[in-house]
Amino acid sequence: MEDEAAVIYGLEFQCRCLTAQIAETELIKFLAGTQSLKHDNQVHLIEYDDDHNTVSKDVYAHNVGEIWHIAACPWDKTIFSTIYSKTVESKREVTSTLWKIPESDKHSSQDNHHAKELTKLIDFGTLDYGDVNQVIFHPSTEDHEVITLVDNHILQWDVGSDECKIKNSFSLEVKGQKSLTCGKWGPHHNCVQICTANDTTLRGWDLRTKKSVYTIENAHSQLIRDLDYNPNRQYYLASCGDDCKVKFWDVRNTKEEVKVLSDHSHWVWSVRFNHFHDQLVLTSSSDSRVILSSTVSISSETYGALLEEDNINDDNTNDKSINDEENKRVPQQDGIVKIYDEHEESVYAAEWSSADSWVFASLSYDGRLVVNRAPRSERFKIYFDGMGED
Amino acid sequence: MSSAADSNSDGRRNRGMLKSYYTQGENSGDKQFDLDDSSFKPDQYLDFLLKKSSLNELMHQEEEIVQNIRSLDSEMQTLVYENYNKFITATETIRKMKSDFGQMEEEMKALSENMDNICDLSSSVSDTLQQKRSGIRKLAGVHTLLQKLQFLFELPARLKKCIEMEAYNQAVRYYTRARAVLNQYQHMPTFAGISQDCGSIIYELGNALKEKLRDSEASSKQLAEYVDLLLQLEEPADSLCDEYLISARSRVDEKVQELEDVLEDNSVDILEFVDIGCNGVLSNVSLLVVAYNDMFLNRAKANTELDSIALQKVSALVKEILHKFFELIQKRVQLEKQTGDNAILVRALDRFHRRLQAMNKLLPTAELATLATEIVYNAAKDRIDHYYQALTDHLGHCITDIRQALAAPKLISSNLDENSSTPLQNLVQTSVSSLVEQIKAVLANLQAFIATDITFAMKSTFRRPFCFDGVREGLVVRFLRRMLEYLNELCEKPSGPATLLLLLSKLATILEESTIGYLLVLVDEQFLIVQEGDVQFTNPQTLKDEAKAAAKKLLNNYVRLEGQTLSHMVRKSVETRDWLNTIEPRNVRAVMKRVVEDTSSIDSQVGQLYDDMEEQKKDRGSDSTKRSASGLMKSSKTWSFTPSTTAAVLDNSAFMTNISKLFSDKIDIFSEVDASRASIMTGIIKIVLKTLLECVRLRTFSKYGLQQVQVDTHYLQMYLWRFVQDENLVHRLLDEIVSSSLHRCIEPSLMENSVIELICERG
Repeated sequence: MEDEAAVIYGLEFQCRCLTAQIAETELIKFLAGTQSLKHDNQVHLIEYDDDHNTVSKDVYAHNVGEIWHIAACPWDKTIFSTIYSKTVESKREVTSTLWKIPESDKHSSQDNHHAKELTKLIDFGTLDYGDVNQVIFHPSTEDHEVITLVDNHILQWDVGSDECKIKNSFSLEVKGQKSLTCGKWGPHHNCVQICTANDTTLRGWDLRTKKSVYTIENAHSQLIRDLDYNPNRQYYLASCGDDCKVKFWDVRNTKEEVKVLSDHSHWVWSVRFNHFHDQLVLTSSSDSRVILSSTVSISSETYGALLEEDNINDDNTNDKSINDEENKRVPQQDGIVKIYDEHEESVYAAEWSSADSWVFASLSYDGRLVVNRAPRSERFKIYFDGMGED
Repeated sequence: MSSAADSNSDGRRNRGMLKSYYTQGENSGDKQFDLDDSSFKPDQYLDFLLKKSSLNELMHQEEEIVQNIRSLDSEMQTLVYENYNKFITATETIRKMKSDFGQMEEEMKALSENMDNICDLSSSVSDTLQQKRSGIRKLAGVHTLLQKLQFLFELPARLKKCIEMEAYNQAVRYYTRARAVLNQYQHMPTFAGISQDCGSIIYELGNALKEKLRDSEASSKQLAEYVDLLLQLEEPADSLCDEYLISARSRVDEKVQELEDVLEDNSVDILEFVDIGCNGVLSNVSLLVVAYNDMFLNRAKANTELDSIALQKVSALVKEILHKFFELIQKRVQLEKQTGDNAILVRALDRFHRRLQAMNKLLPTAELATLATEIVYNAAKDRIDHYYQALTDHLGHCITDIRQALAAPKLISSNLDENSSTPLQNLVQTSVSSLVEQIKAVLANLQAFIATDITFAMKSTFRRPFCFDGVREGLVVRFLRRMLEYLNELCEKPSGPATLLLLLSKLATILEESTIGYLLVLVDEQFLIVQEGDVQFTNPQTLKDEAKAAAKKLLNNYVRLEGQTLSHMVRKSVETRDWLNTIEPRNVRAVMKRVVEDTSSIDSQVGQLYDDMEEQKKDRGSDSTKRSASGLMKSSKTWSFTPSTTAAVLDNSAFMTNISKLFSDKIDIFSEVDASRASIMTGIIKIVLKTLLECVRLRTFSKYGLQQVQVDTHYLQMYLWRFVQDENLVHRLLDEIVSSSLHRCIEPSLMENSVIELICERG
């Protein structure tokens, strides 16, 4: 544990996409997909060994095209999805597929040169709709559903049964840029809401009514690249984009953001809340930096927020006592926790591990994958504060 | 004669006695030879003479003695005669007196007899009159009693009459005389009746007086009289105070009302208004207070407790009235806002202040001086706020003017070659100077408040806060702060053309470099502000620092905004093109030309305001083509190997570029820029190129797509290198773009450099 140095793993090809293997809660595992036009692409399953600070990998062949996006299934750790493109007769097609990692004997496969095969579960037939932009799994483990964002369409698939069918579909009909570039399935409210981004607009959808429930126009001055729900605090989400900013929103008030971080010096490509301590926010940017920030003031772990949720009916009468209590202890401060600059290229993805809440991985375009751990001082700070609350 | 001799002998004897006294014991021997001495021994003397003197001397001596004897004899004779004469006269006088006394004795005797007679007579008279006298005395007593009774019985009637005649004074005098008696004999029915009658009449009288008191027509003097009478009637002074104050109040209120009526009247200027107010309200209040003091406070039989209550009452009333009055004045002063002239306002305030100063002496408890100063200060503060508002508005106008000027097409299209006319520079200069002029005008106006002939200006309670808190901090510093704040706000929410940000950043720079210092010195000089130890002064340096920060922020935002505008164009052009199905490049894409054009125009704009820091590090003229060619040669060398090598090597080039990156610094894209032309331009170009890089990475290219990128980048390189500080930086970014598109190309084959150059030079 003493060693907090980053572990670097190199992929052979250029890469844009990374995800944690969400269903895996014991081992720290990440999935990364490569981008190469000339070679067979691969999916790397990377395991980080906490105790020895080493990385081991399994490589799976992905012969169907270069991978633009990868997502892990929350209910089965062997299932994941990729979005990939291939060029057919000088036409680029972008489709998505659900894959299953086949059972295998780990020890016998030391030979990494021969990539293992993946089992194709489902091909999402979305070509008629356009290019796939994102595949989103249902956040809970009970409902086996997937949403694909295809151009301006939102397609909800039921993947539980053998036959895969579109359960629900609706489209964004606006003028201008309406291609849904990214989206997230809200883990709150029984998972009936998703949030999508097109150009500079954030839009919340209710899956039952297929209607937009809120719209934040010009959330960013430039294109929005990514967004994430706060896993512990409903209504709160973060977005990032080409204006180099990370913005935090309370979707009940779409007029103004709750907080802005502008620490990156180029486009911010991904933003992720820590699953357990949502004050820790991980952002990656094409300025080749990964920044870990603390936004404790708007996280679920502020004393104020906890009490506020307890006494939500008491309205504002308790504000004073909350403030008093806050003053008694030295609160954690908002701000940058650490800037990680192990990358030399644009970092398009950074993800928290699902098994260890302090570990995260980041992936830059040159194929460098770095596994890091939140600084110990910050961890202690959060631990102690957590104990103080009990 | 005799007397003379007498005195002579006396004198001699006396002398002798004195001599004997003084010379006793000294030379007693000599005395024997002194003729005048009592112890003179004639024989011895003779012997002595005989022994001692010659004959001649003896003769002489003898002669002398004879002579002396003779003279002594004659003297004696005279004395005797004289004394005899005197004796005779005295005898005669005595004889005469004797006869006179005889007469007198007879007369005295007669007198004594007469006196006895008179005594007898007088005693007899007195005896006879004794009895009647006591009778008369009784009668006289009865008479006066009756008179008094009559007065009492007539009292009601008299009082009535007096009241009818309105001779209240008289009535009160009568009543006060009778009151004691009436009270004393109240138990007797008759007196009780009278007392009642009188009581009721007096009650009426009292009411009448009070009525008069309330009558608004009555003069102050009359009022005072009434109050005096009422006091004599033993009306409670307490309620009288109230009565009096109420009535006085109503009259003052009238004046206040009058004043209020003219409040809205525009034809009455403030000076006139204050005059009306001072003459109407303040004079009346003074009169009221003076009369009140006479009536209730300065009375002989002063009751201190009552006095203090009375004093409180009047103070309260005066305060109330004055508050109302002050309110009016304040309202009026506030109405002054529309006009720009301070002179009249200041004079009016001065007059007002002086009048209150005078009032203050009259009623020290009301703390009028403080109130007056407060009002003046508030008025001054209002002015300052007004000016502040005006300045803020002016700032708004300036910005609007700038916006409009920027919107006018001639500015944008201004040619760099017409070196003399730098419209942006002019625009900034005019804006700054107009702002400075405006502030100077305001300061000049405000100086009226501290002119030497204004009384309140000399008061330290006014002057210091006015000059320091008011003008310096409240106006100038606040305005400068507001301006910087405004500039910062503009950064947060950019609206309007990006050039505005550039221009304002220059404006902030000018503020920092000269204007702030100049204005603060100006204020300090004009308002004689001296730095004192404990006062919180806004340091010019902090303001300058803020201005510098604002300038920097504006500049950074300008770069960001321009960069993003160009980026947007580039991103759209890359995203919308189908790079897989593109024809062999024949031209540079229009969007690149547009980028270069826009960059040039931005450069010319920046050039109008910001100089090159290094003196002409690049020769913009003659050998630019040569330089660009060499630049291209350099960059093309890196790539020229790739087409010939196998695909595997191609993939390795990613590795190669990584290696090369290890040895070069990271490029911060949206980074801080310096206030120099090259730095600004570098900032913008970096943003554009990085955007192109990121966009290229998201696409897939065919052979011709790749070649088009090659052409585009070459074109960019040809024209952009001269704008930037570090040519290598541009080259590196362009390298990355081409190598990235090479990676994203399905059939990587590069175009010949000569062909690229040909295409680019053609246009």
